[in-house]
Amino acid sequence: MDGQLIVAVRDLTCRYPGAARDALREVSLEVSAGEFHAVLGPNGSGKTTLLRAALGLLRPAAGGAGGAGGRVEIFGRPASEWSRRDLARVVGVVPQREENLFPQRVRETVLLGRYPHLSLFGGVRAEDRDAVERALTACDAIELGDRWLWTLSGGEYQRVRLARALAQEPKLLMLDEPTMSLDLRHEMELFELVRGLVDARRLGALMITHHVNLAARFADEVLILADGRVAARGTPAEALTRETIERVFSWPVAIEPFEGRPQMIPLRQRKDVP
Amino acid sequence: MKYLALAAAGLGTLTAALLLGPADVPLGDIVRSPIVWQLRLPRAVLGFLVGGALGVSGVALQALVRNPLADPFLLGLSGGAGLGAVMAIALHFPGPWALPLAAFAGAVGAMALVYRLGLMGGGGEGGELDPRVLLLGGVAVGAFAAAITTAIVSLAEAAELRNAFLWLWGGFSGASWTTVWVMLVYAPAPLVVIAAAARPLDLLVLGEEPAQYLGADVRRLKRLVYLAASLLTAAAVAMAGVIGFVGLIVPHLCRLVWGRLHRTLLPTAFLTGGILVVAADTLARTAVAPRELPVGIVTALIGVPVFAVLLRRWTVS
Repeated sequence: MDGQLIVAVRDLTCRYPGAARDALREVSLEVSAGEFHAVLGPNGSGKTTLLRAALGLLRPAAGGAGGAGGRVEIFGRPASEWSRRDLARVVGVVPQREENLFPQRVRETVLLGRYPHLSLFGGVRAEDRDAVERALTACDAIELGDRWLWTLSGGEYQRVRLARALAQEPKLLMLDEPTMSLDLRHEMELFELVRGLVDARRLGALMITHHVNLAARFADEVLILADGRVAARGTPAEALTRETIERVFSWPVAIEPFEGRPQMIPLRQRKDVP
Repeated sequence: MKYLALAAAGLGTLTAALLLGPADVPLGDIVRSPIVWQLRLPRAVLGFLVGGALGVSGVALQALVRNPLADPFLLGLSGGAGLGAVMAIALHFPGPWALPLAAFAGAVGAMALVYRLGLMGGGGEGGELDPRVLLLGGVAVGAFAAAITTAIVSLAEAAELRNAFLWLWGGFSGASWTTVWVMLVYAPAPLVVIAAAARPLDLLVLGEEPAQYLGADVRRLKRLVYLAASLLTAAAVAMAGVIGFVGLIVPHLCRLVWGRLHRTLLPTAFLTGGILVVAADTLARTAVAPRELPVGIVTALIGVPVFAVLLRRWTVS
């Protein structure tokens, strides 16, 4: 079923309860199997809100510009009609933040990814344990299995959280700034891991990131948000132009092609100061 | 092995609870003695059920408010129950059930008030419970109820005052087979609700948003668990007064021994809570026999040092 449409967001307008303005305004996005999408944009531009809305946690606004606040469909069904459990079987999310209130081990936390597949009072089955091991292997984290979560480095921790999302055996992965505060090697490893999963398993992937250059290198499609609106959308070459980036991020840049993809070089603004 | 130790502790505590007491029951008469059958056994069973209820609701509420220092009584229930009980004593409500019923009503009233506050905090369509507001609202409602309670106690006659004061610290002198049956009929419903929420509670510990991404219906979960745990605590407090620290210490002990997954945590917390309260009650009625200490004093004397150690561990790590 290659190229099957997984999530479709059409003309979505959203507003948080009590907020003065829309968090998202007429945003559209389509992610199909085998595609890696990157979402870029300044802080507060609505990236995480888009992720929430695409998963039905935030409803479209009642009265947008065109009357209704648009639609969100997952496998052709409105997001609001999905139960959380059914959705967790097809979409795996690596959220930006989570709490670790009580100490737990790596294998335990990856097993949480199997919960949407378990019955109410039934136990953990052999196939669930297999899925956990497979997910750990895929994320190169199998040797971390028995470690306590709090002993992991930032890069290891993110790999483990990605393994938990993979243990859900989803069709779509959503990652919210997964490379935040990772060093170069771990950043690259994570992007390569996600790209590899998209290619090898034909997963859809949507990654929120601040890495313009890595998004340009790895993603098939780029969506740039500014103030809750789509500033640009398309292949990296189409979306990542100098004009768009300068406008959205309010900083002068140069764009150079590298291996057929645009790469951004931020310019120094005050040339008069040595 | 750990389970074996738990079973041994349970049997040992039960034996001690049946053998020990101010009245001397010869070992040979133990199965026939009315003192054992009509007093010590129902008292031990009720103590076990109450302790178990407190242990389970402690585990559930700590996961719900995502605060490891939360105690079932922190949510205003003890204040409400105390107010109800003291009013029943001061106003001379008649009958043996007046006190537990009034305490229960007070606890449920406090629960409803805190729930309402918690719902407003979440805002939005249909209302969502905000665990932080539950916690703060619970403390506020509890303090308010305690103020009224103290006002009533300070105006009461000396004998009444003593009764009310002792009741507030918990005790099982009112235990009978009837109270055991009431608890046995009442407790299963909230216990089943919490047991069914075991896996979603594992997820909720990660935070509300991550829990939803892993398939938990967080809005419904929070409401169900809050109501079930509160109703369980309300019954415990109606039966035996305020037995502090059990709902706080037991979840931590069980997490240390059995890990953080609620499917093992909930049943072991029930057993551990039960054992702890029966042991504390046995101590309470034998230490200064023929007089009795309130159980809450014994659990506090044991619980506070344990809590201090846990607190230190927590701040160090």
